[in-house]
Parts: sequence; C-alpha cells; structure tokens
Amino acid sequence: MSKFIEKLSILGETLKPIFSGHPIAIAGLIGFILFVFIAVFAPWIAPQNPYDLMVLDIMDGLLPPLSKLGNGTTAWLGTDAVGRDILSTVMYGLRLSLFVAFMAVAIGTSIGVVLGLLAALKGGWVESVIMRAVDLKVSFPGILLALMMLAILGTGVDKIIYALIIGVWASKARLTRSSALSEMKKEYIDAAEISGLPRWRIMLHFLLPNSIAPVLVMVPMSLSGCIGAEATLSFLGVGVPITEPSLGLLIANGNDYLLSGKWWISIFPGTVLVLLVLCINVVADRVREHNNPYLKSQDQQ
Amino acid sequence: MITYICKRLWQSCILAVIMSLIVFLGMYVVGDPVEMLAGEDWTEQDKIDLAIELGIDKPLPEQYFNFASDIVKGDFGTSFVYNRPVLDLITERLPATLEIALLAMVIGLGIGIPLGIFSGIKSNSRASKVISFFTTVGYSTPNFWQAIILIMVFAVFLQWLPASGRGLTNTMFGIEWSLLSLDGLRHMALPAVNLAIYKICMQQRLAKSGTQEILYQEYMVYARAKGISRSRIIRRHLLRNILIPIVTITGLEVGGLIAFSTVTETIFSWPGIGKLLLDSIHMVDRPVVVAYLILITLMFVFINFIVDVMYAFLDPRIRHQK
Repeated sequence: MSKFIEKLSILGETLKPIFSGHPIAIAGLIGFILFVFIAVFAPWIAPQNPYDLMVLDIMDGLLPPLSKLGNGTTAWLGTDAVGRDILSTVMYGLRLSLFVAFMAVAIGTSIGVVLGLLAALKGGWVESVIMRAVDLKVSFPGILLALMMLAILGTGVDKIIYALIIGVWASKARLTRSSALSEMKKEYIDAAEISGLPRWRIMLHFLLPNSIAPVLVMVPMSLSGCIGAEATLSFLGVGVPITEPSLGLLIANGNDYLLSGKWWISIFPGTVLVLLVLCINVVADRVREHNNPYLKSQDQQ
Repeated sequence: MITYICKRLWQSCILAVIMSLIVFLGMYVVGDPVEMLAGEDWTEQDKIDLAIELGIDKPLPEQYFNFASDIVKGDFGTSFVYNRPVLDLITERLPATLEIALLAMVIGLGIGIPLGIFSGIKSNSRASKVISFFTTVGYSTPNFWQAIILIMVFAVFLQWLPASGRGLTNTMFGIEWSLLSLDGLRHMALPAVNLAIYKICMQQRLAKSGTQEILYQEYMVYARAKGISRSRIIRRHLLRNILIPIVTITGLEVGGLIAFSTVTETIFSWPGIGKLLLDSIHMVDRPVVVAYLILITLMFVFINFIVDVMYAFLDPRIRHQK
C-alpha cells in the first residue's frame, strides 16, 4: 500500500511541472478523468440499461429532455425512438467508444514500439522491411486505410479495433527506432553488451525504458484520433454493429430525426464526443509543448 | 536533381506494385466472389463455370498478373450494381470531388497560414490565444459532427444555403462543374467549408509552431540586426522556412481531403467518388471498391512523388544529398 502511495506521489511529481500554471490543460485532464470514470462505471450509474428490452417502453419514445417516463423516473436528456433514456445510451456509448480507442492505442503502440526496437537493434534487412512498411503506411491517410480494412473484413467491434491499429503503429515504430538509435550510441549500452547480457535483455531492460518517452508523448494525440476515427466510421455505418452503439452510431441514429426538430437524440452524444476529444487534445497539446525543446527555451527567454 | 527524381520515381513504382498486391490479396483472397454472385438454385457446375469465367480457378500469381495487366490496360471491370464499366462511373464523379477538395484547399491555406504566422509572431497576445483556442476546438471536432452543425445552422434554421446535391452545373472541357454557376457555388459552400475547417485549423497550428521555432534562430536575429524591414523578413526569411513542413503536409492533405470527402460527400449527398465508395461498400459492389482503392493508391503514390520533388526543390540540402 505504501508502495502504491509512493508511486502515486512520483506520478504527481512528474505531472506537476507539466500542468502547473496551465488552467485549460488542468481542466482537460479533470474532464478526461471524469469521462473515463463514467465509462467504467456506466452499468452502475446509468439510470437504465438501454439495451435491456424488458425495461423499455415504446410509449416513452421520442420524449424531449426533462420528460417523465411511464415508470415515474425523469429522462433528463430525453428518449430516442424506442424509448431509451438518452443519458443512459450516451454513458454506454462513451464506454464503447473509449474501450475501442484504448484497445487500439494500447495494442497499436505496443506493436509499434516492439517493431521500432527490433529495427534499431537488428538493423540489416529486418530494419529495411520494417521501415519500408512504415513509409508505406504513413503515405496513406488513416481514415482511408480503415475504410479499406472494414470493406474487406466487414463490421464489428473487434474489426474496427484492427482497422484503427493499422493507423496507430507506424508512427510509433518510426519514433521508437530513431530514439532507440540515439540511445544505442551511449556508453551504458556498450557496457551492457560487453558484460555479455543477452540481446533481449538489453532491449527490454535498457533500451525500452530509455527510448519510450517520446512515444508516450504521442499517446494522448493517438487516443483522441482513434476516438474521432471510430465515431466517423460508426457514423458512416461501417464501424460498430447496431446492437452496440458507440457515440458515433448514436449520432447517426439521431441524425434522421434532426430535421423534424427532435434535436436531443444527436446533439447530446455529439456534445459528449466533442468535449471528450477536446479534453484529450488540450492535455496532448500541453504535454507536447512541455516536451518540445524549441518552445521550452523560448519560455525562458 | 535528375538522379534524385529518377530514384524517387523508381521507388514510387515499387510502392504502386506493393499496394496493388495488398489490395488484390485483400479483396480476392478474403472473400469469394462466386459465393456472392451465385443464386440460391445454382448447381456446383454453375459455380465452377462462373469461377472459370471470372478467372479465379487459376493459380494465384497468374490471377494477380491478369488483374494487374487489366489495370494497366485501363479495364477495371463492370459494376455489379450499375452494370456499367467502373472506370466510367469513377471518372464521371471525379470532377465533383476534385472541385470541393480544391476549394477547401484554397480556403484552408488562404486563411490558415496567415492566421498561423500571426499567432506565431504575436504568441503572447490575447488575439493569438483566442485563435489558437478556436483552432483546437475545430481540430477536436470530428468532421461529420461539423457537417451536422453546419446543416442545422445554415440550411435548417437560417435557410441560407442548400444542404444537399450539386445544384446547377456548367460544362467546361466536356466536364460538368458546379464552380461555374452561382447556384452550384451555393451548393458547394457548405461541403467545401466543412472540408476546409479542419484544414484551416491544421495549417494554423503548423504555421504557428513553425514560426515560433524559426523566430529565434540566429539568422532571424541577424536579419533583424541588419535592419531589414519587418515585412521583408517575414516574406524572405520566415515564410520560406516554414513552407517546407507545410508543403509536405499539404501534399499529403490533398489526398487526405479526397479521403475525408467520403464523409463530407455522404452527409451532403455530394455525388463524388467518396459517396460512390461508401455506397458500393454498403451494396457489396466489389469491382467499384477495388477500382477506387487502386486508383486512390496510385494517386497517393503520385502525390508523394510530387511532394518529394517539391521538397528537394525547396530545400537545397536534400537536392544535393547523395
């Protein structure tokens, strides 16, 4: 327990210089933590389970915000066509959107880091194959590759995660390689090699921890990118399945009702989506700014 | 310079072959077209006949060779849904996509770069902070959500601009252009602005960080110390140096705009190639999807080639590299 508190205080020490004196970034961080909290605990804090057919009543359909439902509870944000409480669908949608994005970023970043380290350590044809594959990927916009993947694979939560991973790994591999290459010139790696440590150990215990920092700086940006891409693909009907709507699909469902004045079905999930991405992006900007040597030296001038 | 261009050209050709191989393998190996085309009452013999007709009974390398040589001959097959040559379908709709992409690009560069340079030079002013905040919001808002808001505000509430279709088109060089008629321009306004918002934000951020990085370089301090006028410093020293990252990103963004136009075109019912792609994905019209992917790949390879050449043109260090 005391070890956990110690770790927590180390985390605090790291975050403090990044965020202190930047109220917008702090607000972004707090907002993001709040969204993650809602997403994780959605099944417990949502007013109803919107996908349990037993609790739905078609008589509650298309009610505006603040209406009373048939069972006496209040639908704070209104209901959709089949009587689902919008607040609940947004919470569940947020849960799925964040899950998909987290998985894609976590897996994509891991693949990228491992490939980048391999390229730096092995060199030769391994390096050329990996780096040419990176060049290939980077020359195409992510959304197009994702559409390509989904056109081939079909739709589904797992498929959209694969499609997003394709967009994440390459830039991480490139960055890890260049940062690992500059680390490898340092003496402690020579020392480790001379003392006869196996290659994989040098890679995992020496190179990885020392070359991962620039990759971590990119993670928040990737996360918001994946959330936006998933929402876009789901909105277009090639992302998550109808039975498990993410924020993007919720917006698409409400889109048909927008013109008839029933704005709440789309506007609330859309607002949450924009706020979520905005929170992550202001944090990402701040983290990047903090790590940019050019801008830092300017702050001091 | 010539050897550099030849080297890049050679690399581009390899890239094109690899990408066509990936599309071929993805589309022709993952799904079986016979199962998709076959009717309920087909016998095994009917299916084998169809497989022979489509040429998919042959070994894989031969299939790829046939696929590639058809493409080189300009034969992309016939659409299952429209029953017309795919190439005709695509070339018919390409101008619509190109014209909104170009308009969006002009708006994006024309507004984004000046805003970025301004907020980079005066990075501590209130105006610069407001601009940067708005571009962060714009950058964070998904394209399709901006489109919905634009339709709600300008087409539904204010009723200033139409929300779908291409409007009147005029013919120039045998191609229909919305750019040339007032009604067409009115129809273009919302989709083009939708595509441009992201570009404006992107360019502002790039130009701002570029300006800030360059502003304190020694040659800038030296230029100021020499007493060169402010506007000349901005034009000759600043603009030239921030152009390098901007040209790269802009080149890639032309492709990005065309890729993103799938989203915009679908929402605004703009009859371009992006809408064609999505409709075809939904209707499992495979020849159209394959042809779109191949053509867009070739286009990207070409754009990357142009960007590399431009890059060498702007940066003498790359031009003279061995």
